Amino acid sequence: MTAGTRRELQAAAIALLAALAAGSVLMLIAGKSPAHVWWAMVTRTASDPYVFGQMIYRATGLALTGLAVAIALDAGLFNIGAEGQVTAGVLACGLVGTALPAGTPAVIAIPVCLIAAAAAGGAVGAAIGALRVWRGAHEVITSIMLNAMVAGVALYLGNRFIFRGGTTIGAAIAPGAELPQLGIGGSPANASLVLAAAAVVLVWWLRSRTTWGQAWRAVGQSPEAARTTGISAGKVSVLVMTGSGALAGLVAANFVLGHKHAYEAELGAGVGLYGIAVALLGRMHPIGVGLAAIVLGFVSAGGLAVAELVQKELIEILPGLVMLAVAAAAAWVRRTEAAA
Amino acid sequence: MSADTALMDDLMIDAELDKRYGAAAVLRRARLRVRRGTVHALVGENGAGKSTLVKILAGVVRGDGGALAIGGAAVDVAAWDRRAARAAGVGIVQQHGASAGTLSVVENAVLGVEPLRGPLLELGPTAAALGELGKKIGLPIDAAAAAGQLPLGAAQRAEIVAALHQGARLLILDEPTAVLTPVEVDGLLGTLRRLAADGMTIVLVTHKLDEVRAVADEVTVLRAGQTVTTFAATPEAAHRDARLDVAAIARAMVGSDLPAAPPAAALAADARTVLELSGIRVGGELAATDLRVRAGEIVGVAGVDGNGQRELALAIAGLVRTAGGTIRIAGSDATAASPAARFGLGLAHIPEDRQHGGLWLDASVADNLALGRADLTGRFRIDGARVRAHAARQIAELDIRPADPAAVVRTLSGGNQQKVVVGRELSRPHLSCVLAAQPTRGVDLGAIVRIHDRLRAAAAAGAGVLVISADLDELLALCHRIVVMLRGRIVGEREGSALRGDGARAALGGLMTGAEAA
Repeated sequence: MTAGTRRELQAAAIALLAALAAGSVLMLIAGKSPAHVWWAMVTRTASDPYVFGQMIYRATGLALTGLAVAIALDAGLFNIGAEGQVTAGVLACGLVGTALPAGTPAVIAIPVCLIAAAAAGGAVGAAIGALRVWRGAHEVITSIMLNAMVAGVALYLGNRFIFRGGTTIGAAIAPGAELPQLGIGGSPANASLVLAAAAVVLVWWLRSRTTWGQAWRAVGQSPEAARTTGISAGKVSVLVMTGSGALAGLVAANFVLGHKHAYEAELGAGVGLYGIAVALLGRMHPIGVGLAAIVLGFVSAGGLAVAELVQKELIEILPGLVMLAVAAAAAWVRRTEAAA
Repeated sequence: MSADTALMDDLMIDAELDKRYGAAAVLRRARLRVRRGTVHALVGENGAGKSTLVKILAGVVRGDGGALAIGGAAVDVAAWDRRAARAAGVGIVQQHGASAGTLSVVENAVLGVEPLRGPLLELGPTAAALGELGKKIGLPIDAAAAAGQLPLGAAQRAEIVAALHQGARLLILDEPTAVLTPVEVDGLLGTLRRLAADGMTIVLVTHKLDEVRAVADEVTVLRAGQTVTTFAATPEAAHRDARLDVAAIARAMVGSDLPAAPPAAALAADARTVLELSGIRVGGELAATDLRVRAGEIVGVAGVDGNGQRELALAIAGLVRTAGGTIRIAGSDATAASPAARFGLGLAHIPEDRQHGGLWLDASVADNLALGRADLTGRFRIDGARVRAHAARQIAELDIRPADPAAVVRTLSGGNQQKVVVGRELSRPHLSCVLAAQPTRGVDLGAIVRIHDRLRAAAAAGAGVLVISADLDELLALCHRIVVMLRGRIVGEREGSALRGDGARAALGGLMTGAEAA
């Protein structure tokens, strides 16, 4: 194990423990026994297939947005706009899925919907990257703005064209575009798990084995060296933001193709923001991101399972705590290492 | 017994230190004894452990073990940090500067010990005191300037003044002259002598023996993490240059006598032009400049830092927008070409700052040796075996230490980092033109010899080599022809026999300062 890997693992472990401790304090304040609540979360997730399936379902989405945020951070860009890219992907996926003729076979319908989702998310990401590179607009600002704009556009289109009779749900997608359920206790866990796992492996391979991955990490860690050695930092930034947006857009596979089979307002809300926690906890490494997605999927699904023990809001604070703790822990581990 | 006590009282530093980085022992019971009020030079090749040793003394890096006494008081090596060292009066000016670039000089000087008036910062008096102090000791500074905007020499002066202002009794300078012009070096050495005469203790890390001879009272030689020996100057020597046996010091450093530099090979009369600048301009920094380098030729650009050399290099590398003129590389118009396209024409670029431009510090030696080298890595999937083989070859050829392709470049000493840059650039295929900016800045003798050999070899193989250096001796040893830059222009040129003999140095020096017309 290299010193770098050890440092990242330390940071993640310390952050998790710190978040656990802070969550426990909150439970104590709310008058609950932390040990009891944590234990109930673990046992119910392990024993109830539905809760376990919910964990898988949530982890699937989080892995994709986590990867999206992670590759951007790796290239020195803070993609806070995964939320808007998810919305764009879900919208495009729903629209294309609905527009397909009912008899479209799965081998055509599924790839077409996936490409639409990735393209829509990627377009939003590319816009953020292009504004950064050619206009010098900071990606955090533009992505926050784009999140609001995409949400507004989605709502407008929904009301005007998509939602049916007083609901916020659109027409069903072509049956051929539906992804099979994994059949875990009636949970919405579905075959997009394979897509997420493939994305983890693909990002890992690109990042460590190709000149693209080397270029994006060089631009992130040492932009001057990248420039001096002939790597076009601008091109790399735009490409990485496009890829980041595409990964976030692909979350639509999990929510639209795998579960709801229709466009719904607010579908996938929050998963883009939690993706930041996943990327940070996973220390930007694809494998770490996959593991972090499972951890946060567990917190999210397990929290639902213990709803009668502790308020839902209390559990929803946990990803935020993880984010704070992981940022602090990374700085702390770096400092102690420098002093050692 | 009493003699021992007296000796102890006389010592500012009594250290015997161990330090490991991972598997590599950087210091092995390295011993350093520095008497109060002396200038003590710490010399050795790159990677000998000089920087690590002084960083431990200053509390910047923590030692693994051994014994340390500062000012006669034993301290706990394991607990010795920057705060404790500063409280004990240990100031350090590090090799690559340690200033926060966006803060002003005065803000940097008070970092961690901010003077407050009520809840607010009060910088006025400190700024005035810094200015005064600087003037008094002959290091004029502008306390209000942003540290990151200053030329390297001025930033370093500011760090020295700040250290003294913080009450340093012991001043450690890590390769301070690497970034200075000859005039500035003389000024700094004079200042160090005056400070020592006033009772300051100074530890000077260097590998330039003429500086050692000019300023040091004692010299400790490190080799491979161990102290070889300590030389003391003989104050009663008839001639100042005879105070220290420089040849003996050099032998102790490298373990053998230095090889003499071979003379530059003769140039073919009909050699084609490989680099041609016509009227190239960059902002207000570089006036319309013409320059030609022919195949096999080594051309030097001399000048005091900040006279347009930096912009000249960036223009050739394609890293700055030119305001006019044309650049041809290997016969092709490269004026609008990207850096990558210029590499494609056979350019190699050793940038002046290896830490900001030359190297990806958090990546391995092997990755840095192949950074941007599509000819090695392949266009998409990285050919790991080829990258490792290339790294092994360069490590062996340039004696990069540690000899580990997986070592993170940040952990290498400055000279070994520079060898990585040189290895990557000069191993490019089909080299037509080599641009080397300050190729041996802050690099030890052994590495200088190797880097110069590689530059000569590149020229002998048919590339044109343009060396930009603040070190006139380096240019005189390497070049067929030297041009001098002053205030953004080439103000003079010397070649052939005009570069030999004792007068050459003085004539070029005169051009550099504007004292002599071309």
